Amino acid sequence: MPAAARAAYDKLIFELSSPGRFAYSLPACDVPEADPAALLPAEHLRATPAELPEVSEVDVIRHYSRLSQMNYGVDTNFYPLGSCTMKYNPKINEDMARLPGFLRLHPLASEAMSQGALQLMFELSQDLAEISGMDEVSLQPAAGAQGELAGVLMIRAYHLARGERRQKVLIPNSAHGTNPATTALAGFSVQELKSDDNGEVDLADLERHLDETVAAFMITQPNTLGLFESRIHQITELCHAKGVQVYMDGANFNAILGITRPGDLGFDVCHFNLHKTFTTPHGGGGPGAGPVGIKSHLAPFLPVPVVARKDGDKGYALDWSRPQSIGKLQAFWGNFGMLVRAYTYIRTMGPDGLRAVSDNAVLNANYVLTRLQADYDRATPGPCMHECVLSARRQKKLGVSAMDIAKRLLDLGFYAPTTYFPLIIEEALMIEPTETESCETLDQFCDAMIQIAREAESDPRRVLDAPLTTPVRRLDQTLAARQPRLRWTAG
Amino acid sequence: MRYISNTPAQQREMLGVIGADSIEQLLIRIPAKARLSRPLAVPAAMAETDLVRHLRALAGQNANADDYACFLGGGSYDHAIPSPINHLISRGEFFTAYTPYQPEASQGTLRSIFEYQTMMAELTGMDVANASLYDGASSLAEAALMAHSVTGRDGIVLSRGVNPLYRQVVETYGEGPALRITSASLGDGATDPDALRRAVSETTAAVVVQHPNFFGCLEDVRGASGIAHAAGALVIVVADPVNLGLLAPPGALGADIVVGEGQGLGVPMSFGGPNLGVFAAKQELVRRMPGRLVGATVDLDGRRGFVLTLQTREQHIRREKATSNICTNVALCALMATIYVAILGKRGLRKVGELSTAKAHYAAAQFAAIPGVRLRFAAPFFKEFTLELPKTPDRVVKRLAREKILAGVPLKSFDRQYRNCLLVAVTEKRTREEIDAYAAALAAALA
Repeated sequence: MPAAARAAYDKLIFELSSPGRFAYSLPACDVPEADPAALLPAEHLRATPAELPEVSEVDVIRHYSRLSQMNYGVDTNFYPLGSCTMKYNPKINEDMARLPGFLRLHPLASEAMSQGALQLMFELSQDLAEISGMDEVSLQPAAGAQGELAGVLMIRAYHLARGERRQKVLIPNSAHGTNPATTALAGFSVQELKSDDNGEVDLADLERHLDETVAAFMITQPNTLGLFESRIHQITELCHAKGVQVYMDGANFNAILGITRPGDLGFDVCHFNLHKTFTTPHGGGGPGAGPVGIKSHLAPFLPVPVVARKDGDKGYALDWSRPQSIGKLQAFWGNFGMLVRAYTYIRTMGPDGLRAVSDNAVLNANYVLTRLQADYDRATPGPCMHECVLSARRQKKLGVSAMDIAKRLLDLGFYAPTTYFPLIIEEALMIEPTETESCETLDQFCDAMIQIAREAESDPRRVLDAPLTTPVRRLDQTLAARQPRLRWTAG
Repeated sequence: MRYISNTPAQQREMLGVIGADSIEQLLIRIPAKARLSRPLAVPAAMAETDLVRHLRALAGQNANADDYACFLGGGSYDHAIPSPINHLISRGEFFTAYTPYQPEASQGTLRSIFEYQTMMAELTGMDVANASLYDGASSLAEAALMAHSVTGRDGIVLSRGVNPLYRQVVETYGEGPALRITSASLGDGATDPDALRRAVSETTAAVVVQHPNFFGCLEDVRGASGIAHAAGALVIVVADPVNLGLLAPPGALGADIVVGEGQGLGVPMSFGGPNLGVFAAKQELVRRMPGRLVGATVDLDGRRGFVLTLQTREQHIRREKATSNICTNVALCALMATIYVAILGKRGLRKVGELSTAKAHYAAAQFAAIPGVRLRFAAPFFKEFTLELPKTPDRVVKRLAREKILAGVPLKSFDRQYRNCLLVAVTEKRTREEIDAYAAALAAALA
């Protein structure tokens, strides 16, 4: 659809409403007493109907189809969003998650009536344990941040069970925001650590802070600059010598499948983002799934229930018998629909396929880095892993910021890289191409980036005015925050 | 290799551009001792046809609600899901988009969330709703944390009518800030007001009631609110929004925060996840809310547009001072709910409530007429009720499963005192024929 026609659509579903119109089809009432006033005390009933839309099915289909066209997705655009692993989401995963035996299974169906689902969960947790080198994996966390919470709470419970009240968690200043937020939520204080010029952990600063008050060190591997922490064994050994548990944020797992395993590097805990590495769709912000893997000394504290295989080939069960468990994280057993997708993906790829994923993710990121290094400043020297970080500081001097470059990319048909993260890099542009993109797509993207760098020099207005082809131009964030309008009102 | 686009020839060309001989050369920062020296021991790659066969076999072992009449509830419900939902959410532009951090290229997601926030605020009777949290239980836990931070108090009083699985999640989240979680017991199915009064004190941050509660009974939310507010505590109501087309909105009954499981609004049961965590609150609490919020604004040309707003509450800005650690939520489930509410609309959602309650009351009357069977509680109920049988229900559940009926949730594992009880949910989808068949099978099983 031409941009002008797209831009013309400015409706909310409420504005399509017409009294008496409807889209639903409900069964007739086939039981004798249908009047709620006769069945329920009057004070429990709504006095006036909720103000909800009255629209036809055609209205609904056309409205949401039009809304969808205002989005960029991986299916329509290259989406080089660093740290988010916006790879292709295979369609067979969707078919499998929608099999009635999975999609229409109630979570409280008896164990005997849900054996296939439990087997899938058990096998997936085994696969993830093998991929990560951890001893056990809980599939319950609903997303990465909840996986972090589960991990940090297990660490807390572990220390407490040993009679130790450790209060602090160490986190590098390059970390994702969820790390400190989770740490605070779990009742710890946060000590931020410096990074060296490579964005790696500053070992001297780490050693300075390591003592018996520290519960855990939480790091991302590869780190948020897209670099492998090369002294990782030294780091985990230093930590363990002080009784400090080491947590790996697994957001960047796409870089290391079959190459190295957190468990072998000395990590005690790591979480996975199935919506990143394992191809479950991002859905405009979720749902995801954030399984958490641990070494055996933390197994007593795993969230309940644990999916277990019963002795003697008697099938699978939800095992609640963990008296030292940290408890539950969500009402049921995990984001099962996402687990089916991840399972399907792992079985599609096999060991060689998973290894090829990381090899090609690394290749693609280095290709982009090489092609752009003349026109943008690199954050660090040497090869990167699955993503690269550039700085727009050169362009900034010309009055064009990382944000402006991001907006201009939208006009050129690409989603934007992650901007202003990691925080330690000025005008950061973090690019993660993923393995599913072709060389041709990467070339088109790099050409666009180089074009923008040239425009910053010759025609900055063009960049500063962008985007012009999207359904709306730049939006007034200040107005939105100062006078919050968070719901629709008539008139 | 599947899903990898570069050919071997292209890989070589790309390495040439990079100036490396091999991909191995790009991995030089990984020390040798860190390297995995063998292939991963995961099962070999399967062709799509084989994989489909394998997964169909696994799925086929599960009792699904297409083949069985599902009377299971307890936090997940077999409400009908209109066909357009799956078609619309499957559009790649929705399905494969990220969190709408670049608003100009994400207006579709942002607009739909704005609609969702409006619908949830309207149904719950609150001023504002957020863009979603993970599920009903984690929403309740976040509400308890918010009440703690707003009031500076650490006591959370949970009615015994709150789903026991939710209670466990509140306890997990309450560990860090050391919340003191206590209970108020039930009278004959609903929270006992005297017990609640005794449980509440000047250290209570929030009182939590679920309405209708875990056992299906309707609560006196207004009464509970009075007790909580008199002590300076907030009131958190756990409510299922699919019921709120018919039931009075908790906001009109004194709630300060309304949370709940939105799965009933067009989200498949999917063995309990992903679900939809609904979170709504009064205006004055908005800057303490967890999760994303979408707000309306204008663009450079003055056109209406939508953005993520009040982000200084969130982890990516505030880090350890954020109101919550949540990042990824369940946007796509919120979209399902938005489309569901649009389709059902003003009258349809009310009808879902009317049909569910009518069928539930018919079922309860049929079942309770069977010798030895009675309703466990006298309090009025909505679409779910608790049956007491003359013996533990396990055998009955097994027997009815043979008749393709999922009879309900045995409560034994939740609480020993309910070891003979069965929690039965009846949605608008259940037919009189299914209910009568259930009654006949139950009578036969107990005879």
